[in-house]
Amino acid sequence: MQLAGKMKYKDYYQILGVDRNAGADEIKKAYRKLAHKFHPDISKEKNAKEKFQEVGAAYETLKNTEKRAAYDQLGSGHQAGQDFEPPPGWASQFVHHGGSGQSGFDNIDLSDLFASLSGGGRRGGMGGGKFPIPGQDFEVAAQITLEQAACGTELDINLSVPEYDGSGLPRRVPRVFKARISKGASEGQRLRLAGKGGKGLNGGRDGDLWLTISIAPHALFRADGHDLYVDLPLAPWEAVLGTTVEVPTLNGAVRLKIPAGSTAGQKMRLAGRGLPKPHDGQGNLYAVIQISVPTVPTDRERELLGQLAAESKFDPRRHFNREKSVA
Amino acid sequence: MKIEITDAVWLDDRLRYTLAELADLSGLAESDVAQLVDYGAFVIDERAGMDVSFCGASVDLARVAGRLRRDFDLDAGGLALMLSLLQRIRELEAQLRAVHARVLPTLPL
Repeated sequence: MQLAGKMKYKDYYQILGVDRNAGADEIKKAYRKLAHKFHPDISKEKNAKEKFQEVGAAYETLKNTEKRAAYDQLGSGHQAGQDFEPPPGWASQFVHHGGSGQSGFDNIDLSDLFASLSGGGRRGGMGGGKFPIPGQDFEVAAQITLEQAACGTELDINLSVPEYDGSGLPRRVPRVFKARISKGASEGQRLRLAGKGGKGLNGGRDGDLWLTISIAPHALFRADGHDLYVDLPLAPWEAVLGTTVEVPTLNGAVRLKIPAGSTAGQKMRLAGRGLPKPHDGQGNLYAVIQISVPTVPTDRERELLGQLAAESKFDPRRHFNREKSVA
Repeated sequence: MKIEITDAVWLDDRLRYTLAELADLSGLAESDVAQLVDYGAFVIDERAGMDVSFCGASVDLARVAGRLRRDFDLDAGGLALMLSLLQRIRELEAQLRAVHARVLPTLPL
């Protein structure tokens, strides 16, 4: 079999940080160290998922004697990321394919190729055994706006999925999904799109697409589950005397009565003005009172505030004196 | 290119999965799932009149367990411990998000 075409080289030894002559124990140790560092379920490193995929693919190949032998025969003179072509005869030796397609190694990811080799011979889908192989699952993080969470939305999801061609080679093909997300999503919500991952082989089920939703920061609102919080700045005199103000909500502004004597940090609940819950009910909106002061008061404001300061017996720090007397 | 339109299924407490489904979706063996139940890592939904089943949120946890088992070769005891610690981290992160939502002023975008 002669397969022409190029794919990108990945230096699995370099990825694991081991020498090409490293023993199995050394490879396992290097993998464990990197897996602890980059495993997406426990790591907070940047690009942990991508790095762990590289590390995992490298380990899956190098821990298996036959796959490692196949990998080593690709040669050691390539640079990571460089286009390369397997040496003549390599495919005949390691990739058993019964198909007739001769489209070469173009668009083939080296990790997909080695994942498709069973290691003890050939993978079922490549003309070897016929045991069912489930399709690959895909995990996708999707960020939506608060407004989309409130009203529901459709997300465009672009994936590059390995599918086996007529030659039995795992070739990356683009797939586009429009996923309908009903209203009520919240931070960290998990959703499943059954059967939208990679294709199963030999009767194996198709993989799934798993979405994790995050909510994009909003200019006004902060979300905690289905409850929303909005800062409500008041002038000192509004807080003291009470007032009625307009408060923004996701469905437009509402008028809110502020009682006299309101203080900073107090929360006023607007029932049912938060995010809708997935099946029924609605979160609340909390307006968090802040006291804002004019940083550049007019002469008249300064004069009036001076009068107030002279007249008022209010001591916001009286508890300091109480503590002092107790001590 | 063909665009496929599909509805996403929420993993929440309204959906229930059997032990076999949980195993299938997570890549764990059914015996692993059963052991993790014994360790208290998964809680069985014990609503009256139902077979052994798990809520949708368990699927996410089971998938994490499946990955950790595969990637770190953990036994059930180690896996259960790791899951409980991860759950604790998630709870603390949720509490942190809640505190941020309640007290931190909105950052200008």
